[in-house]
Amino acid sequence: MNGTTVRAVAVAAAATLALAGCGSGDDPTDSAGDEQVSAADVQAALEAGGELTVWAWEPTLAEVVTGFQAAYPNVTVELVNAGTGDDQYTALQNAIAAGDGLPDVAQIEYYALPQFALAGSVTDLTGYGAGDLADTFTPGPWSSVNTGGGVHGLPMDSGPMALFYNQEVFDEHGIDVPATWDEYVDAARELHRADPQVYITNDVGDAGFTTSLIWQSGGQPFQVDGTEVTIDFTDDGSARFADTWQQLISEDLLAPVSSWSDQWYQGLADGTIASLATGAWMPANLISGVADGAGKWRVAPLPQWDAGGTASAENGGSSLAVPSAAANKALAYGFIEYANAGDGVQIRVDGGAFPATTAQLQSPEFLGTEFAYFGGQQANEIFAESAGNVVDGWSYLPFQVYANSVFNDTVGQAYVSDTPLTEALNAWRDTCVSYGTDQGFTVS
Amino acid sequence: MLTAPQARPRRLPRRRSLAGWQFVAPFMLVFALVFIAPIGYAIHLSLYRRQLIGGNSFVGLDNYQRALTDPQFWSALGRVAVFLAVQVPIMLFLALLVALAIDSGRLYGRSFFRVAIFLPYAVPAVVATLMWGFMYGTRFGLVGNINDALGVTLPDPLHPDLVLLSIGNIVTWEFVGYNMVIFYSALRVVPTSLYEAAEVDGAGQLRVIRAIKLPAIRGALVIATIFSIIGSFQLFNEPSILQHLAPNAITTYFTPNLYAYSLSFSGQQYNYSATVAIVMGLVTMAVAYLVQLRGIREEGR
Amino acid sequence: MTPALTRVRRPGITRVRRPGRSLTLTALTGIVLVYSLVPLIWLLVNATKSQQGLFSSFGLWFADDFALWDNVVETLRYDDGIFLRWLGNTLLYVLAGAGGATLLATLGGYGLAKFDFVGRRAVFAIVIGAVAVPGTALAVPTFLMFSRLGLTNTPWAVIIPSLITPFGLYLMWVFAAEAIPDELLEAARCDGASELRTLFQICLPLLAPGIVTVLLFSMVATWNNYFLPLIMLKDPDWYPLTLGLDAWNAQAATAGGQPVFHLVITGSLLTILPLLAAFLLLQRYWQSGLAAGGVKE
Repeated sequence: MNGTTVRAVAVAAAATLALAGCGSGDDPTDSAGDEQVSAADVQAALEAGGELTVWAWEPTLAEVVTGFQAAYPNVTVELVNAGTGDDQYTALQNAIAAGDGLPDVAQIEYYALPQFALAGSVTDLTGYGAGDLADTFTPGPWSSVNTGGGVHGLPMDSGPMALFYNQEVFDEHGIDVPATWDEYVDAARELHRADPQVYITNDVGDAGFTTSLIWQSGGQPFQVDGTEVTIDFTDDGSARFADTWQQLISEDLLAPVSSWSDQWYQGLADGTIASLATGAWMPANLISGVADGAGKWRVAPLPQWDAGGTASAENGGSSLAVPSAAANKALAYGFIEYANAGDGVQIRVDGGAFPATTAQLQSPEFLGTEFAYFGGQQANEIFAESAGNVVDGWSYLPFQVYANSVFNDTVGQAYVSDTPLTEALNAWRDTCVSYGTDQGFTVS
Repeated sequence: MLTAPQARPRRLPRRRSLAGWQFVAPFMLVFALVFIAPIGYAIHLSLYRRQLIGGNSFVGLDNYQRALTDPQFWSALGRVAVFLAVQVPIMLFLALLVALAIDSGRLYGRSFFRVAIFLPYAVPAVVATLMWGFMYGTRFGLVGNINDALGVTLPDPLHPDLVLLSIGNIVTWEFVGYNMVIFYSALRVVPTSLYEAAEVDGAGQLRVIRAIKLPAIRGALVIATIFSIIGSFQLFNEPSILQHLAPNAITTYFTPNLYAYSLSFSGQQYNYSATVAIVMGLVTMAVAYLVQLRGIREEGR
Repeated sequence: MTPALTRVRRPGITRVRRPGRSLTLTALTGIVLVYSLVPLIWLLVNATKSQQGLFSSFGLWFADDFALWDNVVETLRYDDGIFLRWLGNTLLYVLAGAGGATLLATLGGYGLAKFDFVGRRAVFAIVIGAVAVPGTALAVPTFLMFSRLGLTNTPWAVIIPSLITPFGLYLMWVFAAEAIPDELLEAARCDGASELRTLFQICLPLLAPGIVTVLLFSMVATWNNYFLPLIMLKDPDWYPLTLGLDAWNAQAATAGGQPVFHLVITGSLLTILPLLAAFLLLQRYWQSGLAAGGVKE
């Protein structure tokens, strides 16, 4: 093709996109599952350029944007932090309701994605070639975006769980690193007995943590089939979690500190919160927020429910999705492909993010990274192994955002009163059932 | 002073025309846009129901029926009623005491007191709550520090049993100076002839307060009470900001306003949220009107 | 210190006999004073600490490091100096919002006070009634309305709602009723002046203390405005300071986020300083304004 033809194609593509942009504001719920946009079209869109608005709070995306704009000079990306987590979802919902002010790309955590997918608020990316990307990503994140008969976002990072612990505190009190959750409870008792100011971890009721641990335990409290939803916390996996965790609650072995508060950071810094069971994205937060802990912390595999087991679960992590009413979808897809499956991944990993791509998680360089914060430990190996061991078959509710918002109203009460955890979980179930029914789902 | 002008005896007849509207119109136009229209839209919303599955449908008064039988709504309403009954009198009483103290002329450094006690009003609720939130921390906040220093264990201000009191403390802190200044200004315009007469009668300070000062500021007291009542019923900022510090103590239905907010923004239940708001508005108006009636009746003029 | 006589604000008002000053009363009132000032002192003291110092020192006393200057500089520079942008936004909202609110309240209060017109009684009742409806639940309808008008995420979404101050309307109403003698209006009308001219040229100086009061109180309200900007604005470039500080505070709560509590505290201190200064400097006006008129004896 000579230069003229290339330019003609580009102009035609741009014109088509411009026209598409004019019209797309009017059909907010068309999830465009039927659109077939080839890789060449996407490439053409990237060459033609345009403007993209990206709503995300992930800090490493700033550098991705720089790299992206350098690779595709005709595209300008405006990266906006429209709030973190729930705040941004609220903004998204409002914008969708108003039919105006939507971004082209939005960061949506895995637990919230089904909600947007069900409402038809995010584009099905299968038609853009995302269906071929199954092997690019690790199983946990991939199953989280591949819901409701389509691919509704591309995984950005992941949070396979591990145990972060303060080696210095453990050594000081002669505690061994627990390999099972029963050992963990024993360690909690020992630690607190040795020094009543110190707790093995903090917990005031966290929906993400609870669901992840039930996930690891093999429980499947949420079953979703289209608009039919079942919620049941009495299955074996959930019951096992509730029984074990109840011991920690009843014996006051959990620091009554809210995660992410200034008191929490202080507790991590001075050793009164001795460990955290959380996702693989935690190192960046420890490094920037708990400077005093440098060199004292280590990483270990997540404690197991069954001795000798290797099960794990995901905790947190987000994807990048394209709202259905976005103006410039092909261009938006080009961006998220770059950020999550292309060069952008390495940029983010270098910035401290934990990837969701198999390539990175299998690369020797990545696995061999030595974390100075963890005393030179090659923590990525533990994370990668955890990623591969994520238990199958988990799903979130199609209204998980709401469910999580009322978690503390119900389950949280078990932490501040004598209500048993199992009863509190059932209260959560009841609230979710009544909400789901109210919203038109068939819930049982 | 802050009495409704109807109470003043001297009144010349004004031109009954539409000239007044040219002055009031700008305010009312913006008011219509900013208040009337959204209220109208909220009423409209309250008569419908939008579901995630099923879309929009007209449901008449179903939402209102739901609100009136909703235990969470009543729990929230009860809570702000308790808050109202306790915090407003305490705050206004404190403000009154300070205003009287400053007006008595028996303080050293009177203007310093007046200004310094007023200062908290200038602090945004966000900042005030963040500050008090930091200070309430039992491990590393001021409460924790005091515990360490004095070897005691003060109760956790953010415990479910105490959190309403703690929020009441923040609100009192924010507004006691403001109300104090309103009362003080009303006191300042009391004619000195009244004081002179009281002196001639040989009345002591307490008598003066009861017979002269208090009646003089009744109007200010009524208005301050009404605005405080409205504020209490609408309690939102402080619990909202403290919520992530005390998620189990401050539920999503802690106050009616917070409940309406969670319904809208966490649950996408815009219709029911609008219903809760309208019901709350009616309740607030009723209470404020009652207070005003009582206040005016006691003025007796 | 003030002399034994009351500070003379209007000639001729003096107390005949003043009881002596009381230390007890001063001490008791001093308790309220301490209560009012402790959090502000906490803010000042903690603004001098670095983030690590914050986490490791006693709440009401200084840490080992004195980092006030560093904190201020970092606050102003963080994230490409967005704090200054937020400050500029806040000034814009305050000047336009509070200025406009004062204008509307003055006009409205004057109209209510000095004219008898159809619907007069209803006006104030409607205003109070509408204010009684919780603002947070009006937020979504207001937001939906404003986005139809294309106003969300612009300064207008914040300024327009700030233009209504029921308390300001009430204050100006009462103040105008007290401070402007009807005779003056009659005289002006006899002279043939238009109503607007009467207001602006003749009555305005009389209304000045009330206007300044309403202005100051609206400035506080708009400066501290939090909830409405929260739902109307999505672009951090348009945030007012309150929203920005809250965003910085929430930043700590995200995976990969960087806690900046020391900047939140220093930023809070910087945020309240202009208001405190304004109130201190304009004391004279707002105190007499609140007194709503003079003594007519």
